[in-house]
Amino acid sequence: MPLRRTSRLAWLFALVLGAIMLGGCQRSDAIQWQLTDISGHMPDLDFTLVDDQGKAVTGKDYHGKVVLLYFGYTHCPDVCPLTLAQLHVVMQRLGPLADGARILFVSVDPARDTPEIMHAYVNAFDPRAVGLSGAPREIEALSKRYRSAFTREPDKGDGQYEVSHSSAIYIFDRDGKAKLLSTPDRPQDDLVHDLHLLLSQGNPA
Amino acid sequence: MMIRNARALPFLLAGSIFATGIHATEAEHIHASQAWIRVLPGDLPAGAYVTLENTSDQPAMLRSATTPRYASVMLHKSSSEGGVSRMAMVESLAIPAHGKAELSPGGYHLMLSKAGTPLSVGENIKITLHFADGSTLDTDFVARPANATDAGDAHH
Repeated sequence: MPLRRTSRLAWLFALVLGAIMLGGCQRSDAIQWQLTDISGHMPDLDFTLVDDQGKAVTGKDYHGKVVLLYFGYTHCPDVCPLTLAQLHVVMQRLGPLADGARILFVSVDPARDTPEIMHAYVNAFDPRAVGLSGAPREIEALSKRYRSAFTREPDKGDGQYEVSHSSAIYIFDRDGKAKLLSTPDRPQDDLVHDLHLLLSQGNPA
Repeated sequence: MMIRNARALPFLLAGSIFATGIHATEAEHIHASQAWIRVLPGDLPAGAYVTLENTSDQPAMLRSATTPRYASVMLHKSSSEGGVSRMAMVESLAIPAHGKAELSPGGYHLMLSKAGTPLSVGENIKITLHFADGSTLDTDFVARPANATDAGDAHH
């Protein structure tokens, strides 16, 4: 009997200790993300592409900004505009904080998406959106880096074709560290909540 | 001749009304609302959206759509299964009896391509919806900016 009581006490002690430790952990990293936390599971932002002004850019050029990375293409009449329109609403809801963020729209269709087309396209959605295109192998490298994928579907006979692509939105902090993963079906409130927190962290203002 | 035709007219009219009552077309029972087009820059293909309500006891079937403003109009469906966004052509869209079908962003939509003259935001264009029985319904679609998420206040 005393043995049983001891073991019960030991369990209780372990439980209390565990609770304290857990509490301690939460205190040191108090942020409760709504979106999927990918910290430490995805590599830092890194690429060599061409922006919608025709300028060569790398991931480092966006350090200092919170980055929302999304793959798509301009001949996509439904899902890509929907995602970008939703991101525009999120940016509006963030108010002046949104100036610390950039939407990087990476083309999975570099054959048709020239910097000129990308420029007109992204600016139709949000002034903080940047269109990135470039060499097919560079785009493929970036896509693979984030375990994303895209496939060019067969030509419909008139030179027009669709590109199936990942619907994920990858979010990086100001240091280019992968932080969060969102998908278009996630509530807009979750994006606003998490971006608000990310943008408030180390906000120079 | 004149008199004979005039006398026949009421019978002809009655006959045609009777015929309509029995064989009402699919289009006659469809009410279209929230019709809009997302205008994209240049000659990029645009998505068109509309809510179709069917007041009939019979289901209706949307087969295709045409407009003089675009050389190509296709009925499409987007899907995002397994985290991958795809778009596929569909043969038809059923509007259930006393029910509705929505063409809305991220799902069913009309893909408009090869515009004759570029569309401007705020402009209204007519799109003819074609149903399985051959009947048609002309619907006004309002052109909305690229970053719109719905038909806008005017069409609520």
